Order: sequence, then C-alpha cells, then structure tokens
Amino acid sequence: MQNPYLPYPVRIEEIITETEDKNLKTFKLVFLNPDDQEKFLYKAGQFAELSVAGKGEVPIGIASSPSEKGYLMFTINKVGLVTTTLHCMKPGDIMGIRGPLGNSYPWDILKGKNVVIIGGGFAFTTLRSAIVYMLDPVNRPNFKKIHVIYGARSPGMLLYKDELAAWEARDDINMHITVDSTEDPTWKYNVGFVPTITEQKAPPGNEDTYAIICGPPIMIKFTQPVLDRLGYCHDKIIMSLEMRMKCGIGMCGRCNIGKEFVCKDGPVFTLAQLNEMPKEY
Amino acid sequence: MKIIRIDKKNWAGGLEKLKGSYRLFGPVKDNEFHNFKRLDKDELPDFNYFNTRLSPKSIIYPQSEIMLEYELDENKENHHVMKESKKDYSQRVVIGIRPCDASAFLLVKRNFDTPEYKDPYWIRSYEATTFVGLACNNPQATCFCTSAGCGPFYEDGLDVLLVDAGDHFLAKIISSKGENLLEAAGWDTETDADEQIETMKQEAEARITSFVTTNKLKDKKIIDLFDAPFWEEVAFACINCGTCTYVCPTCWCFDIQDEAYGLCGIRMRNWDSCMFPLFTLHGSGHNPRSTNMQRVRQRFMHKLKYYVDKYNDGIQCVGCGRCIRLCPVNIDIRKICNMMNSYEVQVTSD
Repeated sequence: MQNPYLPYPVRIEEIITETEDKNLKTFKLVFLNPDDQEKFLYKAGQFAELSVAGKGEVPIGIASSPSEKGYLMFTINKVGLVTTTLHCMKPGDIMGIRGPLGNSYPWDILKGKNVVIIGGGFAFTTLRSAIVYMLDPVNRPNFKKIHVIYGARSPGMLLYKDELAAWEARDDINMHITVDSTEDPTWKYNVGFVPTITEQKAPPGNEDTYAIICGPPIMIKFTQPVLDRLGYCHDKIIMSLEMRMKCGIGMCGRCNIGKEFVCKDGPVFTLAQLNEMPKEY
Repeated sequence: MKIIRIDKKNWAGGLEKLKGSYRLFGPVKDNEFHNFKRLDKDELPDFNYFNTRLSPKSIIYPQSEIMLEYELDENKENHHVMKESKKDYSQRVVIGIRPCDASAFLLVKRNFDTPEYKDPYWIRSYEATTFVGLACNNPQATCFCTSAGCGPFYEDGLDVLLVDAGDHFLAKIISSKGENLLEAAGWDTETDADEQIETMKQEAEARITSFVTTNKLKDKKIIDLFDAPFWEEVAFACINCGTCTYVCPTCWCFDIQDEAYGLCGIRMRNWDSCMFPLFTLHGSGHNPRSTNMQRVRQRFMHKLKYYVDKYNDGIQCVGCGRCIRLCPVNIDIRKICNMMNSYEVQVTSD
C-alpha cells in the first residue's frame, strides 16, 4: 500500500529572493531519487505539501511548469513556523515533498480558447506555471490569445521580474503589468489596481474566453464585478482557493467548503461552482 | 448463518486461549465508567455496561499516532529523510463492541479508504482486527440507532454477534474472520437459535424510544441549510469544548505535527476537532470558521448533510447518543437533525 503521507526526499538546488521586502523566496528543488521524479507528474494549478523534518508541512502551489524538466519550483511567503524555517535554509539542504495534490486548471477545457490570467501579489505562482506551460512551443498552438494582468503593491514586490520583462517583449502574449503606486521614474508599465487595469485591458467575455483569477480576497472582490460587466459567464471564471490544510488528500477534515475539500476537489473551482457552495472561505 | 453456544463457564478459558494468537481488547471498568482497553492475562471484559464512555475508535485510530520518523544528524545517512515507523499490525480482536460502534467504522472507512488515496495506518489497523459485537438487550434513553442506519443487533461491521442469553452466549458467525476466531477459542457447540435471537432483537428494538428523521435531508440544497436561520440559536449555548467530537465514534478529523527530540524526531497525527478555532486558522490570520456558530454549523452540516450528499448512504451518525449524554450544555443532535430535516426555505412574496 502506497503511503500518501510519506514525502519524496528532495534537495534544495537554488534559493532566489524575489521581492524587495525579502519575504518571498523561490526554491528550486531536485529529487534525490530519479524514480520519484518520474512519479511526480503534475499539471499547472496543482500544489504540493512541502515537508521540513522536525517542523512540519505546508501546502504550496507549484510555480514551475510541467514543461520545465528536472526540478520543481515553489515561491514561498514567510508566514509561520515551516515557511520561516524554509527561509532560513540553504542550497544543499534536504527536505521532502508530497504530491502533486489537488486538481489543476482545467486544461482540457482551456484548449483552443483565449486565456486571461489575472493575478495579484504573491498569488502569481501557479499562474506563472500556467503561463510557462502555455508559452511552451509544444503547447502554444493549443491556445488563442493570452492576456496577463498582474499587479503588486510596488515594482519591487513583483515576482519573476526577469520573466515578466521577457514576456513583455514577446508578441504571442499580451502583458499588462501594474503596480498600485510607484515613485520610480523608470517604471514604464501600468499604475493602478488590478480591477481597474482589468477593466481597461481585458478582452470582453465570450464563448471562447476564460479568465483565471488568483489574488488576495480584496482584489477578487473588486475584479469579479468588472468581469461581470465585461460579459464573462461565471462558468468561465476560474479561481484557485487557499485553505489551512494538513493531509492534502481529503482526509483530515479541515479544508472543506460544504462537501468539497479544497485540497482534493479543488483548489481550482469555477465561479459558477463557488456560487453553489457555502460562502465559508 | 452458524450460531455457536458458549456456556459462560467456558468463556474465560476460551478468551485465555485466544490471547495466544490475538491481542484482546474489551470493555473494563475505569473508575465510574467503562472504556475499552487491552486485556491482560486473566483479565476479562466486563459486560455489565450500557456503552463505554469513549467510543472504541481509538483502537483502530489512536488519539495520537506516530506516522513517520527521521534523523536530523547530518553525519548520518539519509538524514532529514522521512521513513515509515514500524508498527504492530498483528491480529487482534475487540470483544464486546456495541453494534453501533462497529458500524461506525464502516462510515469512517469511506474517509480513509478512497479510490484515490489509502490511509495505510487506518486500513492496516482495521484489517488486522476482528470485531465481536455484544448485542444491546437494554438500549438507553439516548440511543437512536434504529433511525440512524443501524440497531441494537445490527450485524454490518461485525465478525461475530454475541447475544447474552443468561447462562450462555449465543455467538452468531457473520464472517470468516469471526469463524476463525471462534475456532481458535475452541468454542464449537453449534445450536439452532435463529428464532430466539430474532425475538430478542425485536424486543430490543422495541425498547428504543428515541428517533431522528432523516428522509428529507438529501433533497435539500446545501446552501439553504447552511443559511438557515436556526444556527445562531443552536450554537448559542455551545462552549466549543469539543467533547462531542472526542467521544463520537464517527468523528475522524486529525492534525499532523512534527516533534523532534535532539537529533531525531517523529511526524505524528492527533485527533483534532472542528470545534476549535485553530482547526481552520490560516497563516495570514484569516479564519473561514472564526465564530462559534460557524463551527457548530460545520459539525452538524458535515454529519447530517455533507456526508449524506457525498456518499448517498445516510447520515454520518450511528445514534450511540454519547454526544447527547456528555454535552455540558445539552445540545441534542436529534433535535438539530429533525430541525434540518423539516426546514423549508421561506419564500417571501412582495
């Protein structure tokens, strides 16, 4: 019997500090046993339980794309015991990973469609996975137009800055990067909150267009009416939720919304699905 | 099904014989209550009880259980790599479990034994165990098993059903596991007592005077019940002590924690409870169930609606009545179940 609680051992390959407040670091992890890597087949939108021996586990969205081989990537906000320990670890250290867990963005449905990615703050990790996946030369023909609206408080709080710049330069993805405010005279992108930029830049909703939203509750609250005005049906608005989790496999009982477990039945739900579920998240 | 007659004078001897090949667990007097514990040599289960104070769920699913272990000493090979802890899954038997508590394991099994994931600790424990039930000849006033999907002589979840018939037990063999056990104990006097057991069963069922109504739960919308106006009132007296979840045979929620001592450590799981605010508290400080009312609603909605919808086979409750007897503020699941079952959304017309 396979033990779903037993993490695969991994080694920290690289740690990148992402933001100016140094609270967000990206970890590149490499499997100690190549066989484990073969078993860890994931899709963009899934998450994993990162395990630090002696401290515990944290559920974190996978920021690397399945098209990036040989390593996994996670961007971690320093919040509690495990994430603070992770922030103090160094390349070469051994930790563990369980997964992949949860559903993913609905890639079978998104095939052949326009995809509008809307992200805010540090909730851009699985969205990065989705973008890298879609931009992979093998996959890019499977999607029509790709729009990305991504905002942070300030330029220094944006994740993956080099990649954002590289995507800006491409003509097969429409980038709309924004910050809440900045005094940086060299800032050449948008200034304004994500809902405002969405209203200005997002294409109108139609049968062929899906929006994927990840961000803080306040961003989601004000973006949703914008998408309504733009004509997006609720079954075309895709969201990824967060919950306190332990087991990650639908057994420990804490992450439910109604009868759905965010860890196993989610974390990705359409707004149409969420409308049928209790507002308890 | 075969029925074996066990004269009470042969009871102790058979049990001692069993101890050679099984670990025995049974109800024993524990201060003023009964609880299940491992039976030592020459120790007999004490059947002079209605039901145990705590459910026997801890025999399969301990309150604290080591899952994994690891070394933190960087000079050792495989340091910081988790491995499974060695466990004793040798065969064992629970003697004298009430039929409601045994059927509770079947409800809980759906959580731990799923098509996608198997919880190896729960499943191995469960599979290593033979359940010898003790039929309830005298149910209590808080028992409502017959309307909660089982009954005082209920057989699903048991390997043997014991019926106390005065100077002897009638042991009805329900599974091959049960048959093996009776053989190992040397009890082999077959008897024809089907009718006698059936009569006793009907008498016991007739003594149950308390019921829940669950027939309409399935058809209601989750959101309607969730937004029903009675939750504030239901939760008003609750102090979130968690006694109900602790004593419940069908509550399974758990927490996972690491504990390290020096250079080695364990990952363990502990029973947890939806009654506690920490159960759902996010790292950010946000808590989707921050209020007493939300947590009480979660407990009842889980047992009486989410479970019903998810598995389409009744409520997540066997009617043992422990939460009713032990709630310090007299919250009664029967009353709440009936409120939920009879709730209709008020349609207001302007």
